[in-house]
Amino acid sequence: MSTATDAPGGAPLLELRGIGKDFGSVIALEGISTSVRAGQVTCVLGDNGAGKSTLIKVLSGVHRPTRGELLLDGEPVDFGAPRDALDAGIATVYQDLAMIPLMSIWRNFFLGSEPTTGWGPFRRFDRTTAKEVTRSELAAMGIDIRDPDQPVGTLSGGERQSVAIARAVHFGARVLILDEPTSALGVKQAAVVLRYIAQARDQGLGVVFITHNPHHAHPVGDRFLLLNRGRSMGDFAKGEVTREQLTDMMAGGDELTRLAEELGQPGGA
Amino acid sequence: MANWLDVASVLGIMAVAVALLMIGGHFDLSAGVMTGTTALTVGIVAVELQQNIWVAIAAALVLALGIGAFNGWLVTRTGLPSFIITLGTFLMLQGLNLGLTKLFTGTVIVRGIADAPGYHSAELVLASTVDVFGQPFRIAVLWWLLVTAVASWVLLRTRFGNWVFATGGDEIASRNVGVPAQRTTIVLFMTTATAAWLVGSITAVRLTSVQANTGTGQELIYIVAAVIGGCLLTGGFGSAIGAALGALIFGMTQQGIVYLNWDADWFYFFLGAMLLLAVLTNRLVRRYAQAARR
Repeated sequence: MSTATDAPGGAPLLELRGIGKDFGSVIALEGISTSVRAGQVTCVLGDNGAGKSTLIKVLSGVHRPTRGELLLDGEPVDFGAPRDALDAGIATVYQDLAMIPLMSIWRNFFLGSEPTTGWGPFRRFDRTTAKEVTRSELAAMGIDIRDPDQPVGTLSGGERQSVAIARAVHFGARVLILDEPTSALGVKQAAVVLRYIAQARDQGLGVVFITHNPHHAHPVGDRFLLLNRGRSMGDFAKGEVTREQLTDMMAGGDELTRLAEELGQPGGA
Repeated sequence: MANWLDVASVLGIMAVAVALLMIGGHFDLSAGVMTGTTALTVGIVAVELQQNIWVAIAAALVLALGIGAFNGWLVTRTGLPSFIITLGTFLMLQGLNLGLTKLFTGTVIVRGIADAPGYHSAELVLASTVDVFGQPFRIAVLWWLLVTAVASWVLLRTRFGNWVFATGGDEIASRNVGVPAQRTTIVLFMTTATAAWLVGSITAVRLTSVQANTGTGQELIYIVAAVIGGCLLTGGFGSAIGAALGALIFGMTQQGIVYLNWDADWFYFFLGAMLLLAVLTNRLVRRYAQAARR
């Protein structure tokens, strides 16, 4: 395990030091430390119930950590609400995406932050700007949208994720948290999303990529934080760990071997 | 022609407002009876309290905005279906309309609005007749066009319009990205109330006497017109112009049956058939819109 300071890429954008979170007497997270750097991808790996969702909620300001410190640009921060995290440049793309299927792409892109033109009672949604910006921002991410007027519902799952990522980038995110962006997707679509994650990284964003799939995490990740039952099983830099080791640790290696033996035997043995 | 446009205009003003609310994901069952409440308020304040008719119309507006805000506040505060909440206000207003009218007039009708001070200016604005190409048109048709144009502009060209679609499409998702969904809902309920006030004032000034049961039962007709015009019952989709056309189709059917000398009893059969046809078409549209492109 390396400490945060040895890794390349300058000072960390976001650093977690011994983060812990209790819900009543239940310890949901304990002693989580890792760092997120500009232009790097930090993968958070864990099985269901490992504490991935709680960690996202701590990072995005939904929950306050019970213990530990959250540092942004080396300064301790305390987010009381999701808006605080957003204002600090930490954008979260949730699994449900916060997009309205029946609305067009450009309307979704600017939803809640619509540009306006005109004055007084004639102040209106600047549709021309909205459409142009949507098209150019998506093009910058390498997303070719046939028509920004088409409803989001007609996009594939991968394309929707990509639009959500492009939106977060456009609205000034420095840290992008992606909650299981590939989990509901097929192999091809997941590959598309991984490419956009790499794009966001190359634009200088710090990316937190939450997943339970080491095959998705390993190709794009620069750091790997493994969670199991709310505890850290290690925080590795790329090169310190192979894909096979990640898979083993996630499944709890021995358990998988035992399962293989058990299933390999004919029934009744 | 003037006749069915006349039917369509008063209905259309309400259908457009109800359509906005439906796009925003809610129903207002009190919209029909509220046209009665506002008309009766105009009558009672002008005749029984002997105020200038414009004062009476202003008082009705304040009352309507209050009822709309109450509906919206209760819906957003409790998270209960607006169907139930506004069913409650509908029944309460129905009772109030009857009870208060009897209390003030001793009968179930308010008469003599034409004698109120300022009536002629009010008639000019709300109930006059304009000749266009030799055809007499009620000025309500003009109000209907104006309401449709403004609603359409707000819906398609403003931030608020974007929020209406988003709130109706997915309230939680829209709140996640910073849309003031609760405020949007309350403003929408106040909009249907304002439309009810406009229709109520037109009714009171035009007829010069108002029955205590005015408007009761109309609320479903507004929803039917909005749905025929393409609004989804589930919210998030529809248009103001569609609702205006829905009202137009309604007016044409109603008067058409009369002109064809058919039995008017059949009217509701046609209305129901149109509603079913509209809902089935809507379903196709939504399937197209939600089908993922693979």
